[in-house]
Amino acid sequence: MAESDVTAVDGIAVEINGVEVIARKGELLIEAAERTGTYIPRFCYHERMKSVGMCRMCLVEVDTGRGPALQPSCMIECTPGMKADTESAVTKKAQDGILEFLLANHPLDCPVCDKGGECPLQDQTMAFGPGESRFVEEKRHKEKPIPISDLVLLDRERCILCDRCTRFAKDVAGDPLIHFIHRGNDTEVNTFPDEPFASYFSGNTVQICPVGALTSSTYRFKARPWDLETTESTCQTCSVGCRISIDSSRDQVQRFAGVDIDPVNWGWLCDKGRFSSQVVTSEERLAQPLVRDGSTLVAAKWSDALGRFAGALASASSPQSIGVIGGSRLTNEDAYAWSKLFKGVLATDNVDAQLGDGLPAHAVLGLPKATIDEVCAPGGTVLLLGPDVKEELPVLFLRLRHAAVEDGVTLVEVSPRSTGISSLTRASVHPRPGEAADVVNALMGSAPIDREIAGVAAADLEAARVALASANGPITVVLGRPSLAESASVTVAAAAAVLAARPDTTFLSALRRSNVHGALDMGLAPGLLPGRVTLDDGREWYSEVWPATPGATGLDTEGILRAAADGRIDVLVLLGADPLADFPDADLAERGLTGARTVLAVDTALNSSSRRAEVVLAAAGFAEKAGTTTNIEGRVSTLSQRVTPPGTARADWMLAAEVSSRLGTDLGFDSFTDVLAEISAVAPAYLALDQAIAEGSPDGILLPLDVVVIIDEVDDDIVIVDETVTMTDDGADVDVTAEVLAEEPETDDGADVETDGLLAIIADDEDVDGALPPFVSFVSDGTVIAPPVDSYGFRLVATRKLYDQGTLVQSAPALAPLAPGSTVSLNPWEFDRLGVAVGGRATVRTAKASVIVKVYSDPGVPRGVAAMIVNQAEGRVSDLVSTDDLVAEVRIETAS
Amino acid sequence: MARLTSENLALASEIIGRYPRPKSALIPLLHLAQEQDGHLTDDAMAHIGELVGVSSAEVLGTASFYEMFKMEPVGRYMVNICTNISCQLRGGEELLAHAEKTLGIRPGQTTSDGLFTLEDVECIAACTEAPCLQVNYRYEHRISNEGFDQLVNDLRSGRRSDIPVHGVLAEVRQHIPEDRRAGSVTPEDKATPVWIAAAGEGQP
Amino acid sequence: MITDAPRIITSRFDNADSHTLAGYEATGGYQALRKALEMGPSAVSDEVKTATLLGRGGAGFPAGVKWGLAPENVWPRYLVVNGDESEPGTYKDRLLMERDPHQLIEGVLLASYAIGCGQAFLYVRGEMALAQERIATALNEAYAAGYVGKNILGSDFSMDVVLTWGAGAYIVGEETALIESLEGNRGMPRLKPPFFPAAKGLYMQPTIVNNVETLSNLPWIVINGGEAFAALGAETSRGTRMFAVSGHVKNPGVFEVEYGVTTFRDLIYAPQYAGGILGDRALKAYIPGGASAPWFFEEHLDLPLEKVTVDRAGSMLGSGAVVVMDETTDAVKACLRVVRFFARESCGKCAPCREGTTWLEKILQRIQDGYGRPSDLDLLLDVSDNISPGITWPPKQTTICPLGPSAVSPIASALQRFRPEFEARITQAEEARHSVPVTITKASVHG
Ligand SMILES: Cc1cc2nc3c(=O)[nH]c(=O)nc-3n(C[C@H](O)[C@H](O)[C@H](O)COP(=O)(O)O)c2cc1C
Ligand code: SF4
Ligand code: FES
Repeated sequence: MAESDVTAVDGIAVEINGVEVIARKGELLIEAAERTGTYIPRFCYHERMKSVGMCRMCLVEVDTGRGPALQPSCMIECTPGMKADTESAVTKKAQDGILEFLLANHPLDCPVCDKGGECPLQDQTMAFGPGESRFVEEKRHKEKPIPISDLVLLDRERCILCDRCTRFAKDVAGDPLIHFIHRGNDTEVNTFPDEPFASYFSGNTVQICPVGALTSSTYRFKARPWDLETTESTCQTCSVGCRISIDSSRDQVQRFAGVDIDPVNWGWLCDKGRFSSQVVTSEERLAQPLVRDGSTLVAAKWSDALGRFAGALASASSPQSIGVIGGSRLTNEDAYAWSKLFKGVLATDNVDAQLGDGLPAHAVLGLPKATIDEVCAPGGTVLLLGPDVKEELPVLFLRLRHAAVEDGVTLVEVSPRSTGISSLTRASVHPRPGEAADVVNALMGSAPIDREIAGVAAADLEAARVALASANGPITVVLGRPSLAESASVTVAAAAAVLAARPDTTFLSALRRSNVHGALDMGLAPGLLPGRVTLDDGREWYSEVWPATPGATGLDTEGILRAAADGRIDVLVLLGADPLADFPDADLAERGLTGARTVLAVDTALNSSSRRAEVVLAAAGFAEKAGTTTNIEGRVSTLSQRVTPPGTARADWMLAAEVSSRLGTDLGFDSFTDVLAEISAVAPAYLALDQAIAEGSPDGILLPLDVVVIIDEVDDDIVIVDETVTMTDDGADVDVTAEVLAEEPETDDGADVETDGLLAIIADDEDVDGALPPFVSFVSDGTVIAPPVDSYGFRLVATRKLYDQGTLVQSAPALAPLAPGSTVSLNPWEFDRLGVAVGGRATVRTAKASVIVKVYSDPGVPRGVAAMIVNQAEGRVSDLVSTDDLVAEVRIETAS
Repeated sequence: MARLTSENLALASEIIGRYPRPKSALIPLLHLAQEQDGHLTDDAMAHIGELVGVSSAEVLGTASFYEMFKMEPVGRYMVNICTNISCQLRGGEELLAHAEKTLGIRPGQTTSDGLFTLEDVECIAACTEAPCLQVNYRYEHRISNEGFDQLVNDLRSGRRSDIPVHGVLAEVRQHIPEDRRAGSVTPEDKATPVWIAAAGEGQP
Repeated sequence: MITDAPRIITSRFDNADSHTLAGYEATGGYQALRKALEMGPSAVSDEVKTATLLGRGGAGFPAGVKWGLAPENVWPRYLVVNGDESEPGTYKDRLLMERDPHQLIEGVLLASYAIGCGQAFLYVRGEMALAQERIATALNEAYAAGYVGKNILGSDFSMDVVLTWGAGAYIVGEETALIESLEGNRGMPRLKPPFFPAAKGLYMQPTIVNNVETLSNLPWIVINGGEAFAALGAETSRGTRMFAVSGHVKNPGVFEVEYGVTTFRDLIYAPQYAGGILGDRALKAYIPGGASAPWFFEEHLDLPLEKVTVDRAGSMLGSGAVVVMDETTDAVKACLRVVRFFARESCGKCAPCREGTTWLEKILQRIQDGYGRPSDLDLLLDVSDNISPGITWPPKQTTICPLGPSAVSPIASALQRFRPEFEARITQAEEARHSVPVTITKASVHG
């Protein structure tokens, strides 16, 4: 929003310091001034929050016809003919006075303050401040610093009461756990006794505090701003794709901060993302490759490790005997390189970036896509068919919250239990696990609902149906995996029901693992090839680019593990994956890992699964390598290198190339830009990406781009040529130009334009239509039938919490202790009939196993449902779940 | 400690029902809690937060803004002596000094027997009756040092039954009989009032 | 000039049962309401416009005009009664609420009927237990008798009047802070514009905020007509008005006098009013309209109690509070006490008020305690200037509401008039310091 982009037509003419500028309608004076190059000092104003006009620093002389008067420019909207003087003597005197007031009680401890060097108050004072203080009185003294949460400390002496943190907590995060107390000069920021500022977003207050009053326990005294080096990148903690800045000093990552980009995070981060900066410097990081020596893994030379890795793959009896799990935590370039190795060289299609905890790739890639902005567009209607976004995609939650609270967006939720966003919805219904599709079907109908469905009362269903029916225009759906104890087919069927009833619906994926969307786009899923094309549609296309392509659609993670358990997998490769911890069915994962002849792993740190491997290749991690990543919207943004990897760890794409050359095939990559260039030239949805990136949009690039591929005919063969690879049957070279287009492609010499997705093909000949493979399309798996309810039992709902036992959280010391631990929650109504005590311990039993956990009472859990949290210490849910079943039935008894 | 008692809970819901928005009942409910316990307990504030739908931190934020709300136990009798300008001109500060001697405490303190808490307060709107004070917000006008000592003795020996314990304000409560109730008007009730519409005047 | 103008709002004060429904009905109570229901809403507001009833809360804005500021056909509208009376020196609303609650309630009904308010909130100051009790009783009576609630007196006029009260915060008397308080928040003022209550008030709906005394005039106006009211008083200041005369006078009291014509001299010296200065000492200064008002002196005694005249003379009638200081008054001490009040009562929202008023208090306290420095007097003025640029009247402000600038009034007045007293205090202190060396300690710096 930097440069002036408003015309006199839609704008308001105002005069700032004698110069006429055009303000936007409703634009605040402080904003219009800044946008047109006049910076007005401020402390309480924040561009992403409502103004309160508290600090008074932004006072300027404003004349709206009644003569000049001092006005807070953060509170007044530009009106036609308004004249503002930000330089006048009156303005300056007022601003100097304010600064003196703010400094009166402010300690002079800048040298030991974390904010020193990047402090607006300090800068303002240096620039304009009154020299020596006339305030000889004793300054306010307060206890300092006091922890207001596990992650944030408060120094009340430094606080200038700008109301930023408190406004953020209430208005942005919806966690009003910090508030002003007392009055006048005694006013303080405060938490209620025994109710800390336990917000998933608390770190943002540290970032927006204009002084050093709020500091984070992870960064206090770590570094001084002037010896920090900074690079912009994209958070990889989840798949929202928040833009961040990485600060390092002495080649050590020190902290992450949010960067404001309009389409995604607005400058906010969740605490998990912000404090995952600690992961980079974790003790657990692998600094060199490991190879098995008997029962232990020992450090090895790269040549040996790579040799054994390649050797194992070479010794596989057939492509089908190779299985590859993981890849969601990689860059697009890493993922493409592995994809090319496994599918394009080794010709196996048993490749899956997901661990049975997501949705089928055809659903993620094939459904019509919506962006975050489209979902949050004012006045819209959104159907939430997925996980608890507050727990899994926190900043998407912030965007949805803003949409619901500020922009009149109607939210309708269909989830197996209440979630962090339920209180913001117009209607929130909780069908019995396994039966969501029946409910969605009814909600899509035009007929009033007068009967209970899937355990949901008719009135609640009708309220939800009406909310959806009264949507003006198409609705959007946030689609993800609501519960790991329920088959993905249930969600797929629900999505199919929506699409069938409202074909104009668009979908935003809610899969959470960092670059899972990039991994799927790069073909790391059975039946897919890079660029959102299916194996069958893309085989011909890729056969011209790759040495080989898989013969038939392969297995997903569940299939691979079953095959391995049955001894049909010779080599099981784990790409930064931990099936034992993450696969919903721990028993199957265990049998799979045991059954595989050889397990190979590539990872940044050891995990329970890679500890079983023959070879573990040490991979470079986040902030240690450059590349690109793709978020839930299909938006590609850049990842930057800020520090060098530990020891000799290397980027995955390099490892893939190394392994490949040891297998006798040169992947043709000497740098990640080579990989990016190839992706941009061959992966249909990614065509011309490199050119777009070169143009450097800070907001990232939404794919696919409007590109035109000119296809020529040479010797009656359709020929598509790229600068790097020749793709003719007979080796003739013709140039193809892929260029980014501003608007719809022009057709020269009457050649007709065919549009396939966003991709336009100009062909001088009919029969080359579709020479480029079409994009994956969504296939409805047909309906699912849930088993009858067992009246003695409960249906299990397994959801995630932001903090769990996952590698990321556990290798960040600040976050690790925040994982809540295993519990089972039941509706308050259940306790009498069960005879178990709230807060006591209970046995949760399925046909296959039982676990003992604490029982809680939670009205957000429907009757007949047992709600558990996955991947927590003790009592693992994955011990209970069996992927054979559509839903998991459990019995609950008091634990002896 | 104490959440609202069941009978105060009933009062609370009647009070909440009088306002277009529950949160508007926050201060009245805090008074109710202070009437119940003599000061505001954390539990009561948390309970009130639940009742009007705000966080405990917000309840405390509002409560602590107003000096009548006490977060710590205070004396049975809150003795507020005005020293603002009109009273200062007529001996308010001297009265306060005398009170400090008589009670043996400084402003803000409570006597060891827990009977009296003394406060040096701002204008209490009895300026023509200076010097003046309030005991639990009941006025004593044009009070002399002797008069003050007398008052203290009377309170000690329970001869001032007209003054209830700290926390009790009006001893009569407003009660709107159901059959007479017009009902709260919420910001969502956009209709023109009947009598305005009937008078056929859009804008009086 | 002393006139025999009728007592309009205090007419029942001498009756023992003035606060009961019986006593009120026996003296013409609720006749105005019956009459109004005949007249129709707009006729009622026309009468109020004709009366030119100036607000009695402090700002002195004409009630009729204010009612007209509510945007056309935006519903619902609310009426908020400001009974938070806390301006030092002010004592009248409490009397009206304790002695004649029904008159106020009838005023509330008349205003709501005229404006189209669907609900009224009667906000009494928290510390006024008796007023709360009397109004609660009166409302219960009035509901039972059919004067308030559903279908008032069988008409189609229905409304609830809700009694509520504050909890001790002067700033809540400011109308936007009052609204915040009524919404359950900390009483921090809103910026005007855009938040003029008449347009965006309670719950962001059009809201008319009127003072207790203002509304108490309505029954008389409706019965006797706006003309009759306007016939009393002079220039913009019509009818009668209550003034509390306190401080160094023989007969402190609250007097309802004819507005616009009675003079300060009448009020302070006339036997039927305050009866002159205690011990017939000389007048030093007086505050003409509450602690926020700049001080007046001897030369202002013959000014009439008329809004515009007093404004022009550099102060205000504000809340009708006249505080008299005789020659024995310690200007520094008095000034400090008033400044301390504003410092204590700042809501804390604006840096200049929050920090500035406390700073001013600390400087004055030092001077008072004998630790003043010669430079302190100019410092006082410059800090004041940073709160209220130019130290002009009416005041300019770097703050949201006028509380901050109010702390400047006593300093401007006292320093301008009695600077030698301040200087003397400082030099004495310096001399003292030469004999006995002392350093500024926390104890010596108040708070
Ligand atoms: C700091 C401050 C304190 C105020 N205190 C009161 C008060 O106690 N009572 C009151 O009626 N008006 C008070 N006012 C004036 C109100 O803001 C408002 O103007 C008045 O209630 C309007 O009623 P009126 O038009 O009938 O006078 C105060 C204003 C300010 C700036
Ligand atoms: S001027 Fe003072 S009282 Fe008024 S809003 Fe600002 S801080 Fe609050
Ligand atoms: S930035 Fe405008 S008042 Fe603080």
